[in-house]
Amino acid sequence: MASGRDALLEHYRAMYLIRRFEEEAARAYAQGKIGGFLHLYIGQEAIAVGAAAALREGDQVFQTYRDHGISLALGMSAEKGMAELMGKDTGCSRGMGGSMHFFDKEHGFMGGWGIVGGHVAVAAGAAFKSKYLGDENVTLCFFGEGATNIGGFHEGLSLAGLWKLPIVFICENNQYAMGTPMKRTSAISDLTLKAQGYGMHGDRFEGYDVKVVHERVKQAVDRARKGEGPTFIEIETYRFRGHSMSDPAKYRSRAELEERKKKDPLVITKDQLQQAGATIEDLDNIEIQVEEAVKAAVKAADDAEPAKESVMFDSVMATKLGPQNREEAAR
Amino acid sequence: MPQMNLVQAVNSALRTEMRNDEDVIVLGEDVGKVGGVFRVTQGLFDEFGDDRVIDTPLAEGGIIGTAIGMALYGLRPVPEIQFSDFIFPAFDQIVSEAAKFRYRSGGEYTVPMVIRTPVGGGIRGGHYHSQSPESLFIHTAGLKVVCPSNPYDAKGLLLSAIRDDDPVLFFEPKRVYRAVKMDVPEDEYTIPIGKAKVVREGEDVTVVGWGAMLFEALASADEVAEEGVSAEVIDLRTLWPVDIDTIVESVKKTGRLVIVHEAPKACGFGAELLSLVTEKAFVHLEAPPVRVTGWDTPFPYTLEMEYLPLQHRITPALLETAKYIP
Ligand SMILES: Cc1ncc(C[n+]2csc(CCOP(=O)(O)OP(=O)(O)O)c2C)c(N)n1
Repeated sequence: MASGRDALLEHYRAMYLIRRFEEEAARAYAQGKIGGFLHLYIGQEAIAVGAAAALREGDQVFQTYRDHGISLALGMSAEKGMAELMGKDTGCSRGMGGSMHFFDKEHGFMGGWGIVGGHVAVAAGAAFKSKYLGDENVTLCFFGEGATNIGGFHEGLSLAGLWKLPIVFICENNQYAMGTPMKRTSAISDLTLKAQGYGMHGDRFEGYDVKVVHERVKQAVDRARKGEGPTFIEIETYRFRGHSMSDPAKYRSRAELEERKKKDPLVITKDQLQQAGATIEDLDNIEIQVEEAVKAAVKAADDAEPAKESVMFDSVMATKLGPQNREEAAR
Repeated sequence: MPQMNLVQAVNSALRTEMRNDEDVIVLGEDVGKVGGVFRVTQGLFDEFGDDRVIDTPLAEGGIIGTAIGMALYGLRPVPEIQFSDFIFPAFDQIVSEAAKFRYRSGGEYTVPMVIRTPVGGGIRGGHYHSQSPESLFIHTAGLKVVCPSNPYDAKGLLLSAIRDDDPVLFFEPKRVYRAVKMDVPEDEYTIPIGKAKVVREGEDVTVVGWGAMLFEALASADEVAEEGVSAEVIDLRTLWPVDIDTIVESVKKTGRLVIVHEAPKACGFGAELLSLVTEKAFVHLEAPPVRVTGWDTPFPYTLEMEYLPLQHRITPALLETAKYIP
């Protein structure tokens, strides 16, 4: 059993890995190595890391397009992630999904979702499976506060509440759905009221301290595992970057951002570690190791083979596509 | 005359009609203060206020459902779906409600709503920011479907669409948004819905396209001209109701037809066009009609430029069709 301090050091390592992975992804995007949309998790790291620590092998996790953080927290290698971003065959989805569609079967990661709300009922179905089979696995389903307005969210929660499924819904409330602050799109400010409507437990707290996230998510996960039904958790957080790389985030003030950055989860954890007696050296070591891992991941991704046309055609259906497409593609 | 890109032209059409008609309302995700993710509605919030330019919650079904309700009473809502890939949570409202309201009320009620939505690939957006779902709506009786290829047509067609009494799906080719600038009048003008345009005359082969692919078809027409093949290029502009006469007339002249679209081939709109031409001009065909389309796969994140029916795929199709000997 790791001591409290060792566990916290590992949390710090995981959060730092996410931070540095995202920064390198942003750089690769600017260099044109990554295309399309790239949603960074910077500022929200404590949630993925704290929540992932509350799980055990076999548990199932669903996330939105902002999916790099949780994938890494669950144990996926930075190399697989970076390769996926660059559309390489060695990526976690063989280069077919890109940033928004990470998958990692080995670590129970059931995917990032490009369609807001599309995963909520699917996650409930996964939890139904656990109840039906009695496998005692728990499902975590993440989404933003914006997603709590779409029909798919309500249908998923409705069924999960009705069937008392072993699932924990985690709303990462980073205050903005793209450019719109929540107060302009929601009649209520306490989103756990929505959980009440579906007869499920609600919890609500700040997500800047990884230990708090871990404890509170663990409580909900344990309840679910014991068959005591689903929980909806609203966690207050903040994204330090725009919604995606193409969003300059002009809808919020610099002062607001600076204020929020005072609650940087990495800084908070670092302070806690130092208070608990961790040395600068301990922290430096971790940072150096992570740095090397991320650099190696970028290099490996750079060097990897591009996604294969064969995978593209053969992964559409279990039944292989007819030849007409391939012939055309071959021209 | 001002030069506008497609973003500015659509913006100009919205502004024009909002000034003309207080019943016109714009709603959607981030369309207000931010001015839309592609900035198409920029400035409208400041000019018309938040009761006419509405930032909605993230809820496509709600956006389209409420727009239908408004339209039933004569308001002219112009909801935006941020990407046409996100239209599916609203698919039920469009297919079950908007499309059938007039029919099931015996013509009593109409739904004069225009759903604006960016369509198509070319920005490396992957599966859910690139698709071309037009044929799903053409297949649904009761909807009009428009897809301009350039700024001038976009403004004129959007003004017609807003004034039209039927629900209109207005697809804006996002690859063209900022790629083309041309003269677009500041004043109002309309382009009729249901009229295609021959944008380049030719003798040997007819090529039909719309949206972003029109430019690819034109580039291929230039390319094959160097090999002595004269291609006639038709910009469909309105997909439904389709101006089949313009296509048929052209095919009667050339005897050969190539259709280009980004959507997958299976049940893409090209299939319908081809059937109509075969029904109406069978004896004039001198070569098997050809479709150059997206593959029958989800829209890929990688290999996007191979998936899209770009010039490098259209040109050989034109040459082969033009030179085909039975
Ligand atoms: C059905 C659907 N509608 C719209 C979008 C475009 N979109 C992607 S993320 C987003 C905002 C989501 O905000 P929130 O749920 O708060 O999550 P966050 O990005 O803040 O983590 C929007 C409008 C989409 N991907 N899917």
